[in-house]
Amino acid sequence: MSNNASSVVGPSGRTGPPAVNLARKSRPAESAIRVVLTSSAFVSVAVTVGIIAALIRPVLDFFGEVPFGDFFSTEGQFAVLPLVAGTLMVTVIALLVSVPLGLGAAMYLSEYASRRARKFLKPTVELLAGIPSVVYGFFALTFVTPTVLQDLLGVQVNFTNALSAGLVLGVMVIPTIASLSEDALSAVPHSLRQGSLAMGANRMQTTLRVVFPAALSGIAAAIVLGMSRAIGETMIVALAAGAQKNLSVDPREGMQTMTGFIAQTAGGENPVGSTSYNTLFAVGMLLFVITLLVNVVSIALVRRFRQVY
Amino acid sequence: MSIATTTAREVTQSLATGRSKEHGPAALIFLGLLWFSMFFGVVVLLVLIIDTIIEGSSRFDGALLTEYGSRVSPETTGFRAGILGSAWLMVFTALFAVPLGIAAALYLEEFANRDRWWNRLIELNLQNLAAVPSIVYGLLAVAVMALLGFDNSGTVLGGAIALALLILPVIIITTREAVRAVPREIRDGSLALGATVWQTTWRQTLPSAIPGIATGTILGLSRAIGEAAPLVVVGLAGSVRFDPEGLLSSITALPMQIFSLTSQSQEDFQTAASAAIVVLLVMILGLNGLAIFIRNKFQRTW
Repeated sequence: MSNNASSVVGPSGRTGPPAVNLARKSRPAESAIRVVLTSSAFVSVAVTVGIIAALIRPVLDFFGEVPFGDFFSTEGQFAVLPLVAGTLMVTVIALLVSVPLGLGAAMYLSEYASRRARKFLKPTVELLAGIPSVVYGFFALTFVTPTVLQDLLGVQVNFTNALSAGLVLGVMVIPTIASLSEDALSAVPHSLRQGSLAMGANRMQTTLRVVFPAALSGIAAAIVLGMSRAIGETMIVALAAGAQKNLSVDPREGMQTMTGFIAQTAGGENPVGSTSYNTLFAVGMLLFVITLLVNVVSIALVRRFRQVY
Repeated sequence: MSIATTTAREVTQSLATGRSKEHGPAALIFLGLLWFSMFFGVVVLLVLIIDTIIEGSSRFDGALLTEYGSRVSPETTGFRAGILGSAWLMVFTALFAVPLGIAAALYLEEFANRDRWWNRLIELNLQNLAAVPSIVYGLLAVAVMALLGFDNSGTVLGGAIALALLILPVIIITTREAVRAVPREIRDGSLALGATVWQTTWRQTLPSAIPGIATGTILGLSRAIGEAAPLVVVGLAGSVRFDPEGLLSSITALPMQIFSLTSQSQEDFQTAASAAIVVLLVMILGLNGLAIFIRNKFQRTW
């Protein structure tokens, strides 16, 4: 569909003979438009390059002053491992909530709900993803921790703790996992279900033993993407997970995550260019690299899943 | 093979006992679990909304919208600066992100040769960008502002750059879906009449795709309006006591004000934060409602 705008064939005109090849006519305005559109598309690549370029200088400055060992250590002002552990703890709790609930919702939508019910239920579940994370954070801090965890369930938790942040984060990730898993389940051909039902299996057996395994790679991609969401989420953990580095395995204690640290340091009074300010970019770089790896895994899984049928 | 054998055995059993397999205890428990997971999220959403409304109900007054934030009189602190700041941010975010996003989507759908490696690179890159943590876009916006020569990035411009970069992948992806939904025959008809690819795109494809594009753009903006993480990094203040005046005016935003009030221990501030959350949710639900309205009213099914 390309128009070769570079070559000009004779003078165009209404008076000329009919055999003018219009496909080769020079159209400078159209070429200009094409350049604009193409460069707009390349802006997205520039954004990725820009992220890396924006992070790399402060990170190099940072490692010029702080040895590598001090950054990847468990104690000290610049230690990042407690933050990584905090992120891991919150993410695991979030996935424990969102994977079963998200998959259950996806199976219900794809295998049980009528078409009319699905049309109404799917946007409702997706609305959960539209609630701002600062609202979830406020909810975790003022409702889940004091009312649900301390009063209703009687768990001895600190004012800020990884448990309530993880639980609320899990609720926020449900729509991501539910929506993408539902797509994967719906993509399984009907003939597989019909075969299973014809063999006398009921709907539960068909769902669990035929449809679920067939959609597994798509579901795996959905879970990995949900994980990436949980790792990168900021406001819930900044408000409810705690503002102190804490290397602990007890989810009832407060612990800071990588994103929580970035938000706290950026909101603080650190002069631009100082080592403590550059820590921000070092942690940001680590966060970007971790989510990049997770996303690459997710994209690779989606690719595989698409090739199946 | 093993599934076939077991199911065959079970069929014989169910035929012998005369009980439907759909109503066995395991099947019912399974269905119950699916129901539970389906409605758990909805229940949490309802609890969140009701709890916030009850908590903030004593502050649904005019001062909430017309007063600036105040530390001395917590019972009349307001969110005027945040609401106006968020409105300004939305306008400029849309101005930056929408033309760029539509242009990129049109290139990818109508002009790009998908076999070329650079176009595949753009596709891959878009998928990745959509999942980059929002706080990283804040770091990028700080660097962009420094590159443009501005020391203070906590302005309308800095915030709008961060939010525009954040929703750019969303707009590109939804625009591509809208453009892809326009049937081939319309393009072929236009091309057969002698229109160029660009004329076809501009006069036929794009107008037909506008409802879908508008829906996607509004949903993208409704995500941007609730974001606080990139704005914290960009350096928006928690409280500002004047209206935004221009691109380089220091501002705050509604989610930022909520965030900074949450760290105050006084009860009145918590109440005010709850009331502000209700305002924010109304704005977001309004945008979502508008998107659904546009989709239902103008979307054509071919």
